[in-house]
Amino acid sequence: MIDRRFFLGSAAAGAALLAAPGIAFARAATDRRFVFIIQRGAADGLSIVAPVGDPAFAGLRGAFVEDAQAGAKLDSFFTLHPALVETAKLYGTGEALFVHAVASPYRDRSHFDGQNVLETGATGAYRLKDGWMNRLLGLLPQGEARAIAVSPTVPMALRGARDVTSYAPSALPTPTDDLLARVGDLYASDPQLAPLWNDAMATRKLTGDLTGGGTNGAATGALAARLLAGAEGERVAFIETGGWDTHSGQRGRLATQLKGLDSLLAALKTGLGPDWSNTLVLVATEFGRTAAINGTGGTDHGTASVAMLLGGAVEGGRVAGDWPGLAPAALYQNRDLRPTTDLDALIANALGQHYGLDLGRTAAALFPEGKRPVPIEGLVRA
Amino acid sequence: MDAQTIALNRFGLGARPDEAAPADSKAWLRAQLGGFDPRPAAIAAAPTRKEIATQLADYIEETRGAKAGRQAQAQPAAAAPQPRPAAMTDMAEARGGTADKMLNDRLAGLPQSTQQYLRKDIRDHYLACIAARTDAALVTPAPFVERLVHFWANHFAVSADKLQVIGLAGLLEFEAIRPHVLGRFEDLLLAVEQHPAMLLYLDQAQSAGPDSRLGALAAARGRKLGLNENLAREIMELHTLGVRTGYTQADVVEFARALTGWTVDGLRRGAVGRALGFDDGDAGAFRFAEAMHQPGARTILGKSYDQTGVEQAKAVLHDLAGSPATARHIATKLARHFAADDPPPALVDRLAAAYLRSGGDLPTLYRLLIDAPEVWNPASPKFRTPWDWSVAALRAVGTKQLQGQAIAGLMTQLGQPVWRPGSPAGYDDIEASWAGPDALVRRVEAAQRIANRAGLVDPRALAPKVLPDMSRATSLALARAESPAQGLALLLASPEFLRR
Repeated sequence: MIDRRFFLGSAAAGAALLAAPGIAFARAATDRRFVFIIQRGAADGLSIVAPVGDPAFAGLRGAFVEDAQAGAKLDSFFTLHPALVETAKLYGTGEALFVHAVASPYRDRSHFDGQNVLETGATGAYRLKDGWMNRLLGLLPQGEARAIAVSPTVPMALRGARDVTSYAPSALPTPTDDLLARVGDLYASDPQLAPLWNDAMATRKLTGDLTGGGTNGAATGALAARLLAGAEGERVAFIETGGWDTHSGQRGRLATQLKGLDSLLAALKTGLGPDWSNTLVLVATEFGRTAAINGTGGTDHGTASVAMLLGGAVEGGRVAGDWPGLAPAALYQNRDLRPTTDLDALIANALGQHYGLDLGRTAAALFPEGKRPVPIEGLVRA
Repeated sequence: MDAQTIALNRFGLGARPDEAAPADSKAWLRAQLGGFDPRPAAIAAAPTRKEIATQLADYIEETRGAKAGRQAQAQPAAAAPQPRPAAMTDMAEARGGTADKMLNDRLAGLPQSTQQYLRKDIRDHYLACIAARTDAALVTPAPFVERLVHFWANHFAVSADKLQVIGLAGLLEFEAIRPHVLGRFEDLLLAVEQHPAMLLYLDQAQSAGPDSRLGALAAARGRKLGLNENLAREIMELHTLGVRTGYTQADVVEFARALTGWTVDGLRRGAVGRALGFDDGDAGAFRFAEAMHQPGARTILGKSYDQTGVEQAKAVLHDLAGSPATARHIATKLARHFAADDPPPALVDRLAAAYLRSGGDLPTLYRLLIDAPEVWNPASPKFRTPWDWSVAALRAVGTKQLQGQAIAGLMTQLGQPVWRPGSPAGYDDIEASWAGPDALVRRVEAAQRIANRAGLVDPRALAPKVLPDMSRATSLALARAESPAQGLALLLASPEFLRR
């Protein structure tokens, strides 16, 4: 029961579809789209895809179990959070794949460092100066390597040698963001206020909700779709979401967050129209949260979480991963969901399949410091 | 920072655009010491003590009745069970929405009128008093004295997280502090220690001498009525002498014995109330209940007090007020509030000496502050507390009146809920307690909200009136703002406006 293995076997056909090694570009021109939605603040994977079949789950999760039981049944073991209504439909049509117990190579619990690792693709914080999405552009055909960040500035994941743009209309981020920037300028020469303000902004960016997180989800999704759709559209996009750091009052807050994400995904699909069938969306966070609820109705910084692959190109309709179990001895450091799937390997496999690239070559470019990843087949249809 | 700015902001509560700037700063401040109205219209409109205390007495009677139905159990006067009342649940509600349910659970089974009291009445009283305090601060012609009222209310802090205190907290400020802010410290002290809010907050109202008539009666029935040291200790530690100034635990206990019998009228009805000589028609008044007083002489700080009745503790308070330790304690706190977080020792010395010389005459100390060069030092501005900043911001945009709920919500969000410091020590008066990263962001958010609601205010025209010596950086930021409201928010959030 505890040792549930979902991988391998079921999708053996995928192996035949891998591109031959050594081919630089899969296609002269790709019409494929890739979107990375980052969940800043450490999203609670155990609430998003809840392992209700695990005998230890109810004991760890207390009142949260009500939500888990109210959600869509994904299989005999997992349910999806009830706020993810549209996502559940994607799952039903095979366009959503959830991979559980994933983690980046980062094993400490700082948002700042964890997001740096998640975005740079390094094995530790601040080791690389550019982001893996920027390096991905180097693998795509000339003229197709077009990427955009749906945010006021270019995030770490997209920074690097390749030119990328960022776009956020003034209506999208609340006017507060603009005011915050101006206040930052105003405090810059004040020896007392400047460091306090920089601290506050760093925290806010890492864990807060600069883009309006949940509530502006649909608008953000529709905007991203407009930027990506059609022959002239961008091929790669990065979308910010914040507000996942649910140390307290998690049930209400997480439901709002997930409703926003759900609307974002639905709007993206609607807006992309026919391009949705060629789209791969990755949703991932810097790390997960504690297995047990804390004293304030929330969860604290943890380790493994859940990653989502969505889109018309995804071989979905299942929960993948190597379930480590939630029994005390199975937990990482006696407190967190133990990572069993390397997020970097998942990304390299998914993008390799999506763009028809060799896995080793993809991994070497995106995650140059990591080991050659284990093949995980059948994630995305060629 | 020029003299006018210091007069308006460090001494006062911030400039109002509809008032002319003072030509002679020191004369303007001195004049306020002669023109302060302790009971302006806003304060006079606040709920009365009798109204608040009668409802509290009703509540105590009802919850006792409900309790007696379940088990016969005696409790000291006014020690009512404490469900979390509605006024205190704002934060929890904002977080998870479970507070309502918790309150409902606790209220289940209580009489309808009790539920109404906890849900609404007590909160209404609290908010009405907050509105009165704010309105008085917004339109006062004597902002320096209003600041001193707030200073003393924080020195003699009660905290509205205790049920009996919520409705009465504001009245301590209105009834005990405002009338004595320009008087002698001893009179201020006595008024505070005899106020029901303080007597209830620090558990004095239920403190009984073991050998008092009531104590003996209880003992005969196999129950123990206790001495409560809370008020005695805090008077010595916080209100007068200051911590670690030489008094001992034995002094605290002796003082607590002297204070027995100092209680609040009308909160206990029926036989016990009658035994205490309570007058239900005078609920909330100070009452010396001889039946609770520990008989005998007391020795405190080496001095013997053989007075009887209420005079005994009054004599102790008189001596405490006259102590050099008290002079230094008060001098230090005033110097910290007006000059710098680290009070200049020379200023403290001068204030302490003036205190002793004048017999604790407070205007003497205030005049000394007006004349002290340390207070006019532009190089050591004070970081505004959330209350200071909010009042200054509202005055700057011309607000004259505000709903209690609005200011209560604002102050809770900024981390300084009104009359709710959580401890009898009150709120800190140093920058380190208020100038944090998150606190700064909250102020900027509040600035934006205040600015958005201020209507058509042109910050370029307003700035010279409320910040006479604005920096070039701030003035540029205002000029470059994308809208008047944003410019106004930048003005309120500017480094100069965060300080006084």
